[in-house]
Amino acid sequence: MNEVDYIIPRNLEEVFRAVEKKKRKIKFIAGCTNVIPYMREEAISPELLIDLSSLENLDYIREENGIIAIGALTTISKLTASEIIRNQSPIIFSAASLLGNPLTRNRATIGGNLADASPAADMVPPLLALEAFVHTKRSEGEGREIFLDKFFLGPNKTVLAEDEIITHITFSKPKDSARGIYIKLGLRNSMAISVVSIALMIEMEGKVCQKARVALGAVSPTPIRVYRLEKNLEGKEIDQKSIQECSVILKEEISPISDIRASAEYRKLATSVLFKRAIQKVLNGEKT
Amino acid sequence: MMKRKMVNFKVNGELHEVLVESNALLVNVLREELGLTGTKYSCGTGQCGSCTVLVDGKPALSCLMLAVAADGADIVTIEGMAKPDGSLEPVQEAFLDHSAIQCGFCTPGMVIMGRDLLNKNSNPSESEIQEHIKGTLCRCTGYTSIVRAIKSCGK
Amino acid sequence: MKTYLIEIKLNGEWQKAEITAKETLIEVLRNKLGATEVKNGCGKGDCGSCAVILDGKAVNSCLTLAFQANGKEITTLRGIGDEKKPHPIQKSFVQKGAIQCGFCTAGMVVSAKALLDQNPNPGRQEIKEAISGNLCRCTGYEKIIDAVQDVALESKP
Repeated sequence: MNEVDYIIPRNLEEVFRAVEKKKRKIKFIAGCTNVIPYMREEAISPELLIDLSSLENLDYIREENGIIAIGALTTISKLTASEIIRNQSPIIFSAASLLGNPLTRNRATIGGNLADASPAADMVPPLLALEAFVHTKRSEGEGREIFLDKFFLGPNKTVLAEDEIITHITFSKPKDSARGIYIKLGLRNSMAISVVSIALMIEMEGKVCQKARVALGAVSPTPIRVYRLEKNLEGKEIDQKSIQECSVILKEEISPISDIRASAEYRKLATSVLFKRAIQKVLNGEKT
Repeated sequence: MMKRKMVNFKVNGELHEVLVESNALLVNVLREELGLTGTKYSCGTGQCGSCTVLVDGKPALSCLMLAVAADGADIVTIEGMAKPDGSLEPVQEAFLDHSAIQCGFCTPGMVIMGRDLLNKNSNPSESEIQEHIKGTLCRCTGYTSIVRAIKSCGK
Repeated sequence: MKTYLIEIKLNGEWQKAEITAKETLIEVLRNKLGATEVKNGCGKGDCGSCAVILDGKAVNSCLTLAFQANGKEITTLRGIGDEKKPHPIQKSFVQKGAIQCGFCTAGMVVSAKALLDQNPNPGRQEIKEAISGNLCRCTGYEKIIDAVQDVALESKP
């Protein structure tokens, strides 16, 4: 690794002063669970590491007026330990429980998972299905409120500017009648980069699906919402025919690649299977 | 053309008559002719012990025995170690209790040697067990749990 | 190269170390503070052999910058127990034959301690999940799970 400098600002003013003053290649860090491997592989060569993990007021999980807010520095472990997350957004709880392993979950942060923007990022599909917003602050001008589906540009690329950090993530608490599931397919049960992942939220009225939100990970350059699929489910009964139509739509909407974990063909097949499994489990009232 | 001979032997209490080639090994006849694949064929030179069976009550390396030499013998394989009602012999139970099985390849040989020792010495020490199983190699467990399993069967 | 002086409370004792910004915690623990019981397996958080307890949480020391441990408490295997005063987890590992080459052991004991501190009576599945960040190439895991379960049973009133 090249020579690197490191600072640990205590507040946002210090963060942005460091950004302005230094004019070096900076990298914001927190849990470092991806950053250190990247630096070792020399995939990145930052000159200044700005450690955000001491910033106050960015580590929380709150519910207020039907909105759930999660501070960017909240570790994945804290998500799995939170009553609010377990009860109000079980698909976030599921994804957090499946991310990495117990050791990395104690350090990895939800902000980091989003900012790293892996196409297979575990926290993203459930947040997409919950129609979350990312809130940011930057040194120049106002921070932004970015709809998560507009946040990702490509593998490991987001709309964040160089001097912009995520402060928190918000989403509306799902209705009590909403049901959802997050399913992850990996080569292992733990510490697995997803081969395919799916987050599904539906609201049923009797046998008719009123609202459907479907998000997929690891099958496109970024995690995606599948709007065509959602429209095909909404306003109808969910039956073999609609599920079959959805399988066809899925194959058309995804663009998986072949890599060391799986071939594109396998991913296409697995996506269909995972979708069917997800729908069946949700209709059966299963949460995992 | 290889000469063939008829051999008769008892295996796990059942009489068998098998036509074998003169150079057929006992291990292969047991596995392929009689379908008793619990006995393993690994090194073929008698060093690993995975082919161990009892011949006339004594442990023998079946990869170093010609089938024709077993004519008239009373053979017991791992399949014959369990009790007639199908329940496991105590050494087998102990292996399960002590997590003494990883890949399982050495296990048949280990169980037979464990039972053989206990028949001769009802309460063997750790070093006596180690001595008795030293002809049977295990690549997985590190032996500790195997020794403990056998020891736990001592009275 | 620019260096910094940091302080870490290692197994109960404050220690100083001079570090560079990019040094990881494991490098400092092993190379500068003599804590070679912390093992360097994969260097990228896959194997868990580097696990230590940082401010009460089990973490990969290979994925933590040394700087991030400044002013914090670290517990390694030796802080959990040693030859003079072994911890029940360590005794159980020995008794159950849960140690073959021993390379994963330090990390396993750390993860086991973190689990038992949270949940004194875990089932086998919970133990498996707690050690799911620790790889073992020797034992087949069963004996390790037996050992952790035994500690839980032993400590039941």
